[in-house]
Amino acid sequence: MKEHVITICNGTACINKDVRGLQNILEEQLVKLDLQDKVKINVSGCLGMCDKGPVMIVYPGYTIYGGVTEKDITEILQEHIINKRPISRLAIQEDNLFNRFFRIFGDTKFFGRQMRIALRNCGIIDPENIDDYIALRGYEALAKILTDMTAQDVIDEVKKSGLRGRGGGGFPTGTKWQFTADQINDQKYVICNADEGDPGAFMDRSAIEGDPHTILEGMIIGGYAIGANKGIIYIRAEYPLAIKRLEKALADAEAHCLLGKNILGSNFDFDIEIRLGAGAFVCGEETALIRSIEGRRGMPKPRPPYPSVSGLFGFPTLINNVETWANVPVVILDGGSWFSTVGTEKSKGTKVFALAGMVNNTGLIEVPMGTTLREIIYDIGGGLPNGKQLKAIQTGGPSGGCLPAEYLDTPIDYESLAKAGSIMGSGGMIVMNEDVCMVDVARFFIEFTQSESCGKCTPCREGTKRMYEILTRIIEGKGMPGDIEKLERLGSMTQKASLCGLGQSAPNPVLSTIKNFREEYEEHINEKKCRAGVCKALLNYVITEKCIGCGACKRVCPVDAIDGNKKQMHHIDNDKCIRCGMCMNTCKFGAIIKS
Amino acid sequence: MQDTITITINGKEYKVKAGQTIMQAADSLGFHIPRLCYHPKLSIEGACRVCIVEVEGMKNFVASCAFPINNGIKIKTNTAQLRRARRDIVELILDNHPQDCHICERDGNCELQHLAYTMGIRKKHFEGQKKNYDLDLSSASVIRDPNKCILCGRCVRMCTEIQGVSAIDYANRGFDTVVMPAYNQPLGESVCSHCGQCINICPTAAFVEKNYTQELFEKLDDESIIKVVQVAPAVRAAIGEAFGLEPGRNMEHETAAALRKLGFNYVFDTQFSADLTIMEEASEFLERVQGKGKLPLITSCCPGWINCAEKFYPEMLENISTSKSPMSMMSPLLKTYFAQKQKIDPEKIFCVAVMPCTAKKCESERPEHTVNDMRATDLVITTRELAWMIKSAGIDFVNIAGEAYDKPCGMSSGAATIFGVTGGVMEAAVRTAYELYTGETMTEIELEDIRGLQGIKEGQLTLEGQEIRIAVAHGLGNAHKLLKIVKQEPDKYHFIEIMACPGGCIGGGGQPYPSENLIPLDQNLLNTRAKALYESDRKNTIRRSHENPEVQRLYREFLKRPLSDKSHELLHTHYKAKQPQGIVSHMLNNLQNGK
Repeated sequence: MKEHVITICNGTACINKDVRGLQNILEEQLVKLDLQDKVKINVSGCLGMCDKGPVMIVYPGYTIYGGVTEKDITEILQEHIINKRPISRLAIQEDNLFNRFFRIFGDTKFFGRQMRIALRNCGIIDPENIDDYIALRGYEALAKILTDMTAQDVIDEVKKSGLRGRGGGGFPTGTKWQFTADQINDQKYVICNADEGDPGAFMDRSAIEGDPHTILEGMIIGGYAIGANKGIIYIRAEYPLAIKRLEKALADAEAHCLLGKNILGSNFDFDIEIRLGAGAFVCGEETALIRSIEGRRGMPKPRPPYPSVSGLFGFPTLINNVETWANVPVVILDGGSWFSTVGTEKSKGTKVFALAGMVNNTGLIEVPMGTTLREIIYDIGGGLPNGKQLKAIQTGGPSGGCLPAEYLDTPIDYESLAKAGSIMGSGGMIVMNEDVCMVDVARFFIEFTQSESCGKCTPCREGTKRMYEILTRIIEGKGMPGDIEKLERLGSMTQKASLCGLGQSAPNPVLSTIKNFREEYEEHINEKKCRAGVCKALLNYVITEKCIGCGACKRVCPVDAIDGNKKQMHHIDNDKCIRCGMCMNTCKFGAIIKS
Repeated sequence: MQDTITITINGKEYKVKAGQTIMQAADSLGFHIPRLCYHPKLSIEGACRVCIVEVEGMKNFVASCAFPINNGIKIKTNTAQLRRARRDIVELILDNHPQDCHICERDGNCELQHLAYTMGIRKKHFEGQKKNYDLDLSSASVIRDPNKCILCGRCVRMCTEIQGVSAIDYANRGFDTVVMPAYNQPLGESVCSHCGQCINICPTAAFVEKNYTQELFEKLDDESIIKVVQVAPAVRAAIGEAFGLEPGRNMEHETAAALRKLGFNYVFDTQFSADLTIMEEASEFLERVQGKGKLPLITSCCPGWINCAEKFYPEMLENISTSKSPMSMMSPLLKTYFAQKQKIDPEKIFCVAVMPCTAKKCESERPEHTVNDMRATDLVITTRELAWMIKSAGIDFVNIAGEAYDKPCGMSSGAATIFGVTGGVMEAAVRTAYELYTGETMTEIELEDIRGLQGIKEGQLTLEGQEIRIAVAHGLGNAHKLLKIVKQEPDKYHFIEIMACPGGCIGGGGQPYPSENLIPLDQNLLNTRAKALYESDRKNTIRRSHENPEVQRLYREFLKRPLSDKSHELLHTHYKAKQPQGIVSHMLNNLQNGK
């Protein structure tokens, strides 16, 4: 028995900060200091504190060290392990509370407001070690259904839990399972949608990287419930680590008789195959995803028929998102009634968010439904840096809406977000401060959805393009009266007439910013002014009376737009100026301002 | 399921047959919902969104082409909101369309133009960037103009679902989506079989035939050459439609008269050489039945099928009859037999063919179709091109007095007439083969088993105790199905007829665009055209190819007998397996670049 365990986060974010190099150094140092018998090194998936990496946890004591550098390693071993003195300078948070099957990371604000169900094992277990998963009650839910429950029992339990699809649609999971189970067909499929395409979102990736077995367990349970023997995980090829861990998990599960023929000695057979997506955003839409698996171009098709009736190769298909599957073992193990105590009346359980933007703590979080935006941004997120004011919160990925600060007390659930004019989506959340121009934001998102539109239906293909063009001309100072109304007209038509969710939600950023920040649009169009100072074409640099005529700005200007005699106030020719901002950065006297 | 259900359309209840889509039900009740990408013979795409309707309880509009009706469904087809959304959608399509209607080949016959007119679009709201692609002029038969393409996908579905060729599909995303051959290789180097069905199915002019009318007008003005033309059987059954006549009117003699008025010196009938084809092909068949050559024998007169066979069925090329098509038998005879008879220098003969077909353009360019180092057929125009020329020359086609075809190559049997309809070549061949083999005249010559529009037709006859099994396929998709059977059971059939176009030549890729109330591939339209040819056969006193006195004279004076050396020199050919060059060169490039 070793005295200490050091768990090193091996999520993608920490790996990108060379946590593996640190691990090698740590191993060398252990030998050097003759500690190899005292310290065990573990790896784990993502803990969610992605901006604080590389992260490692020292047990016992649960000391989380963040931003660890090469020289910190020796200090940690010397001080914490040998001298038993945890280093508060390096520690992020400290906690050692445990609770039931998942761990609550104590009463610190970052973890205290969170509740981890889907991510219960992430950051704790070694994702490449099936024994770690089994030790934390892994595959117990599977054993339970195979021995004690009928397929209908399983579906009833899921129904009772109130679990809804975490991919964005929020369709009741149990109902979907029931539809698929009710189809009489020898061949059915179970699909895990891991084609996470929202820019900046990494919920699914982290869930798989941190705890791949829970996804497999969820899928096997789903297969048992609907009468399918074949599962497919559709994951984007840009997630090599997640794929590697899934492959390992599949091999291990099969070796442990948890997958394949006669699972755990029962009569139930189930196989899972991994299919790689080529990175098209639209392939996250279920019918497009199915076509992609079939080897065709990923393009959505009209529903009905829904995949539960006619899905992959025309067979009944149950398709759920990664996070939904991760919840399933918990629903079975602790019961639907318990699960339904978490969350709000209509939205049960928790939701994982990728918190990003102008907020102190960015990373991956999981909160009970009903948590307010305020709690997420100010408690978990630690507020906005540099004393800046909150301007807007964008939820739901590139096709979500932008909510102004008035909506801070909106509880997070499917209905409330929709009512506020945004969507739950798959769980992106971007915090924006006063330095952000809402017109620019709207254009940014519509540019993304336009370039990722599959091109099939007219409103999405052509409508988003025209909206992008109108927004571009507004930003370039060429906006015309009537442009806002055109955007509204195109937006609402695209919402209502598009074929799939991509087109139906693509106008959300535009329509919500018009609704909540209309005056900014009007300023851009009528006064040719961008209050955030983002839109370069609407920006003028002005030299004020603080200028002492040193000439530094004149020398640095790449287009010779600045004129003036020595020791006299200089002047910027706005026709020549390309708004690069070099002059303002160079001026030591704060004499140059944006106007 | 109930047979009749109650639905509400625009506030009024109706009883309709269950199991239909909203559009089908609405059509049956006299509500014509506007549409664009929908085609009854193709799968449901739901792409254009023009056919949207409101359904009570649905948040968004639904595509009526795809949405199934259920008991009690409440539908609105014509609200102000819908009309506006539909108009916006069509406007968005128009805004990314060349809008050069007055110089477009489809002017007056364009579904988009018609739709814009009926929707009352009089103003442009959303102008912006337009697509700008090069024309694909690589194919001998078909021009691809992506600028006119509105991405309805009908051509893609036609090429894939009906023809089984899959030469084209969508590529790229969003605004950059375009329909193209694999790897954007030139159409002429792709697997395209030149059938031209993409032209017929296209609502605009994104696909058109290679138009030779200007070249032909110039040739017709050239006094130094002898202008000779031949007309295929199916042309006369359809050309009237281009002049507003009801479908099914046989314009055989009017066509001859119009061609003379256009300036042709001699007007011949391809039906003459169709009789000749039967003489050669029936003789070839009888040789093969007697053990000299491979069975089943497959007909060769369809150039779309020959293109398809060379690319898709290289292993079956020996099964295909070496007899040239009627067009390619006629032309060499005109430059030899006819030239000698009339004492004309064959170099001075300019040989034109009017065909219902685009692939004939490609056939005429094949190097094997030469005679004494001259190109046999100098120019091929389609039925549509001829109709334009007649209109352009100011000829009153509808009221023109009919004229007879010139001798010696203008006389034909009824068997030759029915070449233009699926099953006709087989029927004609059987009429002759029977008599050549048994020495007895066949009395029951109308083979009902192989008539009609069923995809694959089978029949049998007895030749002196030997059972001969025949099969007919029209549309390359059906050909694929039939040949799959042949591969599994090589002895199942003795003789097979394949036509690339649905319905045979009457449904050819060069036939007139259907008038306003008809759709391409319409069964009634094809049936009426077929009827015109069958009636003409019935009225003919000569109904067997070998009874054609001009053909008999040709053999007597020139060819000696079927399959003679002279016949082989002028009337037979061979086929070569072909790789789609585009894909091969693309792969070679990749190999050279080390990809």
